[in-house]
Amino acid sequence: MRRIISVLIENAPGALSRVVGLFSQRGYNIESLTVAPTEDETLSRLTLTTIGDDHKIEQITKHLNKLIDVVKLVDLTEGAHIERELMLIKVKASGAQRAEVKRCVDIFRGQIVDVTSSLYIIQVSGTSDKLDAFLQAVGEASILETVRSGVSGISRGEKVLSL
Amino acid sequence: MDMLSGGDMLIRSLRDEGVECVFGYPGGAALHIYDALFRQKDVKHILVRHEQAATHAADGYARATGKVGTVLVTSGPGATNAITGIATAYMDSIPMVVISGQVASERIGEDAFQETDMVGVSRPIVKHSFMVKHASEIPEIVKKAYYIASTGRPGPVVIDVPKDITSPAETFPYEYPQKVKMRSYTPATRGHTGQIKKAVQLLLGAKRPMIYAGGGVILGDASELLTTLARQLNFPVTNTLMGLGCYPGTDRQFLGMLGMHGTFEANTAMHHCDVLLAVGARFDDRVTNTVSKFCPSAKIIHIDIDPASISKTVAADVPIVGSVESVLTEMLALLKEDEKKPDAEGLAAWWKQIDEWRARHGLYTKPRYKTDGDAIMPQDVIRTLHEVTKGDAYVTSDVGQHQMFAAQYYLFDKPRRWINSGGLGTMGFGLPAAMGVQIADREGVVACVTGEGSIQMCIQELSTCTQYHLPIKIICLNNQALGMVKQWQDMQYESRYSESLYEESLPDFVKLMESYGHVGMRVTDKKDLKTKMEECFAMKDRVVFMDIMVDPSVHVYPMHVAPNGSMRDMWLSKTERT
Ligand SMILES: Cc1ncc(C[n+]2csc(CCOP(=O)(O)OP(=O)(O)O)c2C)c(N)n1
Ligand SMILES: [Mg+2]
Repeated sequence: MRRIISVLIENAPGALSRVVGLFSQRGYNIESLTVAPTEDETLSRLTLTTIGDDHKIEQITKHLNKLIDVVKLVDLTEGAHIERELMLIKVKASGAQRAEVKRCVDIFRGQIVDVTSSLYIIQVSGTSDKLDAFLQAVGEASILETVRSGVSGISRGEKVLSL
Repeated sequence: MDMLSGGDMLIRSLRDEGVECVFGYPGGAALHIYDALFRQKDVKHILVRHEQAATHAADGYARATGKVGTVLVTSGPGATNAITGIATAYMDSIPMVVISGQVASERIGEDAFQETDMVGVSRPIVKHSFMVKHASEIPEIVKKAYYIASTGRPGPVVIDVPKDITSPAETFPYEYPQKVKMRSYTPATRGHTGQIKKAVQLLLGAKRPMIYAGGGVILGDASELLTTLARQLNFPVTNTLMGLGCYPGTDRQFLGMLGMHGTFEANTAMHHCDVLLAVGARFDDRVTNTVSKFCPSAKIIHIDIDPASISKTVAADVPIVGSVESVLTEMLALLKEDEKKPDAEGLAAWWKQIDEWRARHGLYTKPRYKTDGDAIMPQDVIRTLHEVTKGDAYVTSDVGQHQMFAAQYYLFDKPRRWINSGGLGTMGFGLPAAMGVQIADREGVVACVTGEGSIQMCIQELSTCTQYHLPIKIICLNNQALGMVKQWQDMQYESRYSESLYEESLPDFVKLMESYGHVGMRVTDKKDLKTKMEECFAMKDRVVFMDIMVDPSVHVYPMHVAPNGSMRDMWLSKTERT
């Protein structure tokens, strides 16, 4: 099963490499990883998505917790949560294609953020599934370049991941 | 407040942390630190002959005392030479702090002379590491390093110190912190009371219980508690390779070591038990044999300080995260209050069954190896060692057949006496570890049980023994081969001895010893074994090397049948299987 794990780590040199190292060392895979400092500059928040059965996920969270730099973590997929990923995509858009692509962007509530006579740069955000669906809708043939931010997530309701 | 340079602060911090002794080796990036060491008297330094030995010696010191072992090395090759010893300590959860010199801050990343990314190289084999960015951070980092190394599940911590930071040119106000607090590190201490109650009920209901105790009991200084609990319940006890000595080896309730080379009675009882109390053990693959066939009818209670060790390979029915000491204390208190008593009838039948197993193939009811030949049997060497040292020596070992014979036949009655590399299985560990032990206990009798293969991996340390008068007794079970490798080649590769023989290239160990100023003895005749060993241990202030020519054809048994075997599937000799 796909899981989204959110981790608060000390904003210290080497902290990120310990997390990444743990995954390669123990043979866990990382689907995506995002990290940036939080409003409290001494902390970074890291979101990673991984795939594994319950046993594996339990091991992953236990080992993450064992890292000295990890302050707190939560498996967002255990409860109601919101996940978002941002994608920028450069597509061919000329002639009849232009209107077609534009329609697609509207349906997915994306935005065209740059235009030339032959291409668009589109920004789309949403769940990873939605971004995948958008890519499919636009069609491989017209895609020139894509960049995805990786997943960020937050729990719904009162639940808060903080110190 | 004293104004000190970074180098002086580092050494002063060690002193204020209570460090008596550092094992190390100097070099360019560490020279400011070595100069600081020279200008004081409180912290002693032992100059080894190879950095690997510094880590093993600090490790041996830590295992014998429970204190944190300290290592000091230079950058680059000094640091990388220390890696094997750090990995050894990591696998066995040994508290250690390794201080490595580093090239100057402004050189880092330039492929400077003797630059190695020590924090990066050591990352997977340390509990934590620090790179010092400014001299003023030194006292706090040192305090944190010792705190992290010694609490929770212990382990090695690296402090990498760039050379400019230890420079005598600048001084800073020095104060050693009394305490550390880290928001991201709060090791578990007390176990969950509800879980402990559940466990106690399971124990009281057990008809065929087993206590499976590992190195965590020794690390957590809980041997006495475990012994009290086992005696009170009248339960059989087995120890892992790392746990030997946490329950008295000569006690009636002790079934010997379990696992790949465990006793018939311990492995068989494990297979049949209905309640398993695992304490400070981690269900290593060398213990469980095929995991899916492990203890098929047991409810498993697992006490460990490390949550990640629980249900890692074998699922626990009653997991208890906490320090072994506090959990066992609570268990004993609950048992005292409880009206229910252990199932006496069930236990009587269980003990009868166990005694029957002991009589059938037990390792201690009669010799299970050839006793009528002329050759010296390695098992007899260990039994003689036990006799001559009255079972009270520190025994360090290397890795191979000799290690397994030592584990099987030197029945340790006390914790912290059996000192071996269990998790990593590091050949070369024995001699330097023995140095660390001897430094920790100058009066103690220290024997290093080794093979002619392993001893050559850190043999340069004979010179360190001379310099610091460390009268270690080296008991070499010389079978003229990488015996354990050869055994596997016999069993799995139709005796094709691929690179496990030395073709007459072994040194004359007696002469070699003499050149270091030590005593060498050669034993080739069975009759001489005991008297020579007595002679050896009578030379209290000398290093003595006993080169004992043992029967090279001997295998270690029992041995688990693998792959796909259960715990009770064992080879009992070259021809006999359970
Ligand atoms: C550093 C290292 N290299 C290789 C091994 C693999 N190994 C395990 S036992 C063994 C043979 C050890 O020979 P010796 O020290 O003579 O002991 P014996 O088995 O003969 O008693 C080897 C090579 C190891 N454990 N450690
Ligand atoms: Mg040998």
